[in-house]
Amino acid sequence: MPNMTFAQALNDAHKIEMSRDPNIYVAGEDVGVYGGIFGVTAGLLDQFGEKRVKDTPITESAIVGTAVGAATVGLRPVVELMFVDFIGVALDQLYNQAAKMKYMFGGKARIPMVLRAACGAGIGAAAQHSQCLEALFMHIPGLKVVMPSTPSDAKGLLIQAIRDDNPVVFLEHKMLYALEGDVPEGDYTIPFGQADVKREGTDVTVVATANMVHTALSAAEKLAGDGISVEVVDPRTLYPLDEEGIINSVKKTHRLVIVHEEVKFAGSGAEIAAMVAEKAFDYLDAPILRVAAPFCPVPFSHPLEQAYIPSEGQVIEAVKKVMA
Amino acid sequence: MDLTNERLVEMYIAMNKIRTFENRVAELFADGKIPGFVHLYVGEEAVATGVCANLTDKDYITSTHRGHGHLIAKGGDIKLMMAELFGKKTGYCKGKGGSMHIADLDLGIMGANGIVGGGPPLAAGAALACQYLDSKSVAVCFFGDGASNQGTTHEAMNLATCWKLPVVFINENNMYGISSCTINSMCVPNVADRAAAYDMPGVVVDGNDVVAVCEAAGEGIDRARQGRGPSLIECKTYRHRGHFEGDPCAYRDDSELEEWKEKDPIPRLEQKLKEMGVLTDEKIQEIKDKLQNDLAEAEKFAEESPFPDVSELLEDVYS
Repeated sequence: MPNMTFAQALNDAHKIEMSRDPNIYVAGEDVGVYGGIFGVTAGLLDQFGEKRVKDTPITESAIVGTAVGAATVGLRPVVELMFVDFIGVALDQLYNQAAKMKYMFGGKARIPMVLRAACGAGIGAAAQHSQCLEALFMHIPGLKVVMPSTPSDAKGLLIQAIRDDNPVVFLEHKMLYALEGDVPEGDYTIPFGQADVKREGTDVTVVATANMVHTALSAAEKLAGDGISVEVVDPRTLYPLDEEGIINSVKKTHRLVIVHEEVKFAGSGAEIAAMVAEKAFDYLDAPILRVAAPFCPVPFSHPLEQAYIPSEGQVIEAVKKVMA
Repeated sequence: MDLTNERLVEMYIAMNKIRTFENRVAELFADGKIPGFVHLYVGEEAVATGVCANLTDKDYITSTHRGHGHLIAKGGDIKLMMAELFGKKTGYCKGKGGSMHIADLDLGIMGANGIVGGGPPLAAGAALACQYLDSKSVAVCFFGDGASNQGTTHEAMNLATCWKLPVVFINENNMYGISSCTINSMCVPNVADRAAAYDMPGVVVDGNDVVAVCEAAGEGIDRARQGRGPSLIECKTYRHRGHFEGDPCAYRDDSELEEWKEKDPIPRLEQKLKEMGVLTDEKIQEIKDKLQNDLAEAEKFAEESPFPDVSELLEDVYS
């Protein structure tokens, strides 16, 4: 199995799907000649040409909106928003148009499109280029929300997203782009709504997403030294959410800690905690805890940014607290 | 463009079909039969009719919150429309969309739209698909004077020109965004003046003259079909009724309305066709009777149709 980075795995997924389906086009700012600001679309222009790989002006509403219009009448667009923070200037086309069209039209529309965007803090990109916004998208019926944590998941989930007949928001944590891992060759998909147990354990379930999966895994390794067995569960898709997968883990461990990088208040973890409290309360031996960013914009200065991002130490502390 | 008498009569019928539909909807709204927001197209019929006379089912349109006229002109079924306005299961959208969200993708109608400025990027996207698939189809974007000030409209026009997309932007300038007059919301006299910014043709046309609209739109649509890029056609018109049903219209003078009623597009065409000897009073009555009968049937269909079952609430969220 070849070793490749998260960015290369996403690139591979694009190439496989674009070779398979001539109605897929890629568009976005700097996706062509530049190859994508994080290199995800590198080489696509050479391989597939200008018709299918479109450099756009800086025009997020039109990038998203043309994708919605083109998807409605037969194409399968995969468009890049560069940074998820830019959704603010294009949100109407996603949430009022793409997400609602099928329902508003009584089921007749089909909008097969993928909106890819980089998210997350860690490179000093400051408040308008660093946020995680997955809960925002989870709150909109009609959208699917994908958030991979490894190169192999990224590839399989992106292929699945491209083949899905709904608008899919595909969130790529920018600290993961250089992460290397084994990635199966060729064509494979990972079904949505299927959480993955990244580390098996018996004492505490830690549900974590994107970059926080790795923070949780390193915390779990340290906690193992203290005799605490942590199970790390990665939902991989936040909508649909694998409720059963999460509940099954909680039934085994009886304790739940949720870790994500977006702000804790009304974050994705609030939904997961509420879901477990509603459906599996009797299995819990301790209150559910969340480790997440504080309620402030992402700061620029390195020490502040590091203080913002949930740390391995905070995860260890939370796990110990639910074990106490 | 030489419009045959037959086509002129078709346009006359289409305009009357819109007018009779809208007038009845106003009554049904007042009677409490139609809930929600209803924005009527009375007075603007020449725009949708003149434009859509150039289109086939394989061409696309995006519409607005004031969309009934576009739907009818593009071939929409008034039975399904009326049932949708009643919120019935047999409506175009199974009762889930209502007046502002009626669509018929089989006819290329990509939906009315509740968001002012929501449509232009969608139309550009449909045009992108036409270009990509080399289908020779075009997309037409109906948008109002209000939408002309939205950023999405600028983005769609700019991208459409950069990519030479087969789209025609049809501005329906009825002078008011709810209560805001264009005098206060625009710094140029014409929306079409802005076409210069995109290096696309910008044309102002009398939006109450269906022949003029048809000819101007025809040029833009031919241009788009030939792969020569987008154009912007501004149709100056006026809505006889308020922004929505129930609007007291305190922001405009009755005299202004009366002036525009003098320019009502339907009597204008009627007069012309009578002078040409194409229509007689007898034939006109025949047309109007037929439209009233069809409308009565549509209303009966809507009245007698069932409401959606509550079990359908969660259907059609995802494919």
